Amino acid sequence: MIRVELPAHLRTLAHVSGEVELEVEGQATQRSVLDALEARYPVLRGTIRDHLTHERRPFLRFFACEEDLSLEPPDAPLPETVSSGKEPLLIIGAIAGG
Amino acid sequence: MSKVRVLVGTHKGAFVLESDGKREKWDVSGPHFAGWEIYHVKGSPADPNRLYASQTSGWFGQVLQRSNDGGKTWEIPGGGTPPGPGSMPGAGASNKFAYDTSPETGKPLTTHQFYDGTQHPWEFKRVWHLEPSLTDPDTVYAGIEDAALFRSTDGGLTWHEFAGLRGHETGPKWQPGAGGMCLHSVILDPSDPNRIFIAISAAGAFRTDDGGKTWRPINRGLHSEYIPEPTAEVGHCVHHIAMHPSRPGVLFMQKHWDVMRSDDAGDSWHEVSGNLPTDFGFVIDVHAHEPETIYVVPIKSDGEHYPPEGKLRVYRSRTGGNEWEALTNGLPQSNCYVNVLRDAMAVDSLDSCGVYFGTTGGQVYASADAGDHWTPIARDLPAVLSVEVQTLP
Repeated sequence: MIRVELPAHLRTLAHVSGEVELEVEGQATQRSVLDALEARYPVLRGTIRDHLTHERRPFLRFFACEEDLSLEPPDAPLPETVSSGKEPLLIIGAIAGG
Repeated sequence: MSKVRVLVGTHKGAFVLESDGKREKWDVSGPHFAGWEIYHVKGSPADPNRLYASQTSGWFGQVLQRSNDGGKTWEIPGGGTPPGPGSMPGAGASNKFAYDTSPETGKPLTTHQFYDGTQHPWEFKRVWHLEPSLTDPDTVYAGIEDAALFRSTDGGLTWHEFAGLRGHETGPKWQPGAGGMCLHSVILDPSDPNRIFIAISAAGAFRTDDGGKTWRPINRGLHSEYIPEPTAEVGHCVHHIAMHPSRPGVLFMQKHWDVMRSDDAGDSWHEVSGNLPTDFGFVIDVHAHEPETIYVVPIKSDGEHYPPEGKLRVYRSRTGGNEWEALTNGLPQSNCYVNVLRDAMAVDSLDSCGVYFGTTGGQVYASADAGDHWTPIARDLPAVLSVEVQTLP
């Protein structure tokens, strides 16, 4: 079980509160977690990564265990604490006003 | 008794304002999609309960919303949660605006001119304008940034580009205005389903006569001092175009500077700025029952986006341009420094035509008597990006 914490606006879009829990087949990576997230919540497609290129949107970053994973390759294994469900993968919007 | 529904897109959500035909008391619902930029909300002429909304964010990109009950509830087409493993057809595609690069129907993904003069690839950013079909509630057109025209025929579930427009040979000369390279105006000809007018900042106006397969620039007569070749075929910063449905060959345009008119479906234009205090502005619209009565809101200049002299004035011409009168009754006449953006004016079609516009200061003003008297029907909304009106039975 992988835990994912979404920004508030995406929780509203997906009609979820609190963390999202996902079953991920195989190794937990950014790509496999986002694939599972988007399969479960199709409204999130295109909101975290580009529809076509699958590149992370520029104003979003990925964190876990107090580490910035944003620049890690999408197929790199996530930390064991994330893949085991001890810690959530945090999807965080840039701190910007507006 | 007839009702009026005003659909307001703002910088931080959508609002729906409803009134009976007297247009004196207004119920306001919203914000819908709170915190998101709502570039445009528009209802289907074929089914007034079907609305479409463009919801965007610099963080999260594009979301397309649809309502089947006049804005009481909303859904993302194809956005439902799958009942089990696997994906539903079309799921999550309602915000997928993929430029058509297929060799059969599309064009190679060309480049356009960037601010610094270099060539730049087309990149989807947001939907500026949604234009529902005149006859089918499930068909809707989307004008997007970077400029292209898309259409959905399944209620917004999936989108396909009219690639002949973006692939026009002039594409490399198109360039973004300050707001981006947006396709902001889409006008469907009620007398000819194969004819569509669109406008792009800063490329100009274009027309198709074959249902969107091929397009041609319709900018002859435009004169823009701010571009290297003032009478160029493309490159003009058209801010908005408007048409009265009874005379689809007559178009009105608010350009970056200049108010223009065409009597031959855009083949040629002539200036009708006349006695306006400034011919810069964004909105332009036509009276519901008087095709020669048009409205603009003059803005001081391209560098100072607020009304001249701090006086918010709608100008009305009853002669199709050139002769304009200021309409000020009920509008602030001192210290007013708001802007009125290009899609933020609309009219209703009650016997006494109602005119509506929204400001970047969050006011929505309405006139139930064609502009003679104005009153704010919402005063403190977020900055208004768009206003549309539905006249309901």
